Amino acid sequence: MTVKQISVFLENKPGRLSGLTKVLRENQIDMRALSIAETPDFGILRLIVDDSYKTACVLKEAGYICSITPVLAAEVPDEAGGLDSILEILGNNGINLEYTYAFITRKAGVAYMVFRVEDNEKAVDVLAANRVHLICQEDLSEL
Amino acid sequence: MGNYYQPEIECASREQIRAWQDERLVKQVRHVYENVPYYRALMEKKGVTPEDIRSVDDLHKLPFLTKADLRDAYPYGLLAKPLSDCVRIQSTSGTTGRRVVAFYTQHDLDLWEECCARALVAAGGTKDDVVQVCYGYGLFTGGPGLNGGSHKLGSLTLPMSSGNTDRQIQFMCDLGSTILCCTPSYAAYLAESICERGLRDQIRLKAGIFGAEAWSEEMRQDIQDKLGIKAYDIYGLTEISGPGVSFECSAQTGMHINEDHFIAEIIDPETGEVLPDGEKGELVFTSITKEAFPLLRYRTRDICILSHEKCSCGRTHVKMTKPMGRSDDMLIVKGVNVFPSQIETVLLNKGYPANYQIIVTRVNNSDQLDVEVEMTPEMFSDTVKDISNREKELVEALKSMLGIYAHVKLVSPKTIARSEGKAVRIIDKRKLY
Repeated sequence: MTVKQISVFLENKPGRLSGLTKVLRENQIDMRALSIAETPDFGILRLIVDDSYKTACVLKEAGYICSITPVLAAEVPDEAGGLDSILEILGNNGINLEYTYAFITRKAGVAYMVFRVEDNEKAVDVLAANRVHLICQEDLSEL
Repeated sequence: MGNYYQPEIECASREQIRAWQDERLVKQVRHVYENVPYYRALMEKKGVTPEDIRSVDDLHKLPFLTKADLRDAYPYGLLAKPLSDCVRIQSTSGTTGRRVVAFYTQHDLDLWEECCARALVAAGGTKDDVVQVCYGYGLFTGGPGLNGGSHKLGSLTLPMSSGNTDRQIQFMCDLGSTILCCTPSYAAYLAESICERGLRDQIRLKAGIFGAEAWSEEMRQDIQDKLGIKAYDIYGLTEISGPGVSFECSAQTGMHINEDHFIAEIIDPETGEVLPDGEKGELVFTSITKEAFPLLRYRTRDICILSHEKCSCGRTHVKMTKPMGRSDDMLIVKGVNVFPSQIETVLLNKGYPANYQIIVTRVNNSDQLDVEVEMTPEMFSDTVKDISNREKELVEALKSMLGIYAHVKLVSPKTIARSEGKAVRIIDKRKLY
């Protein structure tokens, strides 16, 4: 029950992100979600795409350093307190978030949160037991 | 004129200096030949015996010593006295992480400190002065050298060591320091801090002795103006003794080499051939009075020019220009010797490829060392925490190897400029030479 995030190393310099999006464009890759963690010298770009394998291949071929990281993507009701309920469950079960970011799709009434945790299995069990819906890689193409 | 510590030596006739050198060289070569098997082997290989060295004219017959020899002979291979006769070691970085260790007998320390005392007196020092030494103490020769020179002179010595600018300035004001000894970049930084705090009229400095790194004439002017002092250059290297191998006089037109202790030659770095006076080349020193660690024809890798022109200060010892460059890839950063190979060793030890670039800049008169390292798939992670930890590990390993902080910057693969397939390792943006 995970989604395969592509993580890419990018130097913190003008034009670096655009160089990467050009590669995606040339290969007809559509993004579902994007987030960047930045430091003074470099950034780590995190991408969710339909075809993660193809994306990793074209990026590596273009000389980028990237990796595939399995992360959790939880459906969150698009209403006040929606995210809080889920975070409460994670917090109560001692699950620490390395990082998180949100994305939406064409599906109305819901948003999605990506969670990067230490132990995916434990987090999946805890969320499932609390009826939080997680999507998997295959679901992405239908959203 | 005045301002001599040992006028009978510093202003001796050229004939007298030459007579001292001839006599001491012959004696020293024998001492080394008999007590240093490593150098004896080099002489034998070249077919030279002590009998072949009758005067300074024969100096060129002797084999050179290089930093590589110091590495190969580490730690005791070039020692010419029993350890029980030695009283001190000092040390500096070597080419591939192995440090250079120099030994001193009490006699060696005395002559070194005398050389430093000459430098202090040339800068106007007397026993009534208060000498603030903010060179690093410890294995680095800067602090101990000037400290010893100041003692010999009988000045009040403040052994401050480097850093802690607040305390430096407070002592300078409260105790009325009159002579400042430190690296030129630290002097510039102190000068700026003093002016910023409006303490310019609280200080009583009259002179500064600034060495261990390259500095420009503009920088000298800047320090002199800001502090209202005269700024003197000093030169030296641990292998030969430490600071005070040569020093500037009031003429400020080059540094007088203490020729009663050290014979200087200028050679062509490519061929090793001795060049005539006035030509630019690599500086080579022969130590003729030291007992424990007497290096003969040691190649400094510093490029400079010697001048025997008569100096207005009255000293007769030959003058050398400030080093105008290096004939190897050594960098001097914050007064510390840095070799690219040391950085390479750290990277390889930590499992990184040796794709790196060293960038040295001078920000606010202070050196900054950046090491750019190409990112690899093994090093990469999706979390900042993991990458930062690896970066920190590298910074710490570099610090323990180099003795100074280097900022590590991770860059994209294949972005470090390569020329003819070979990476350009060093970009020195300081305009020093």
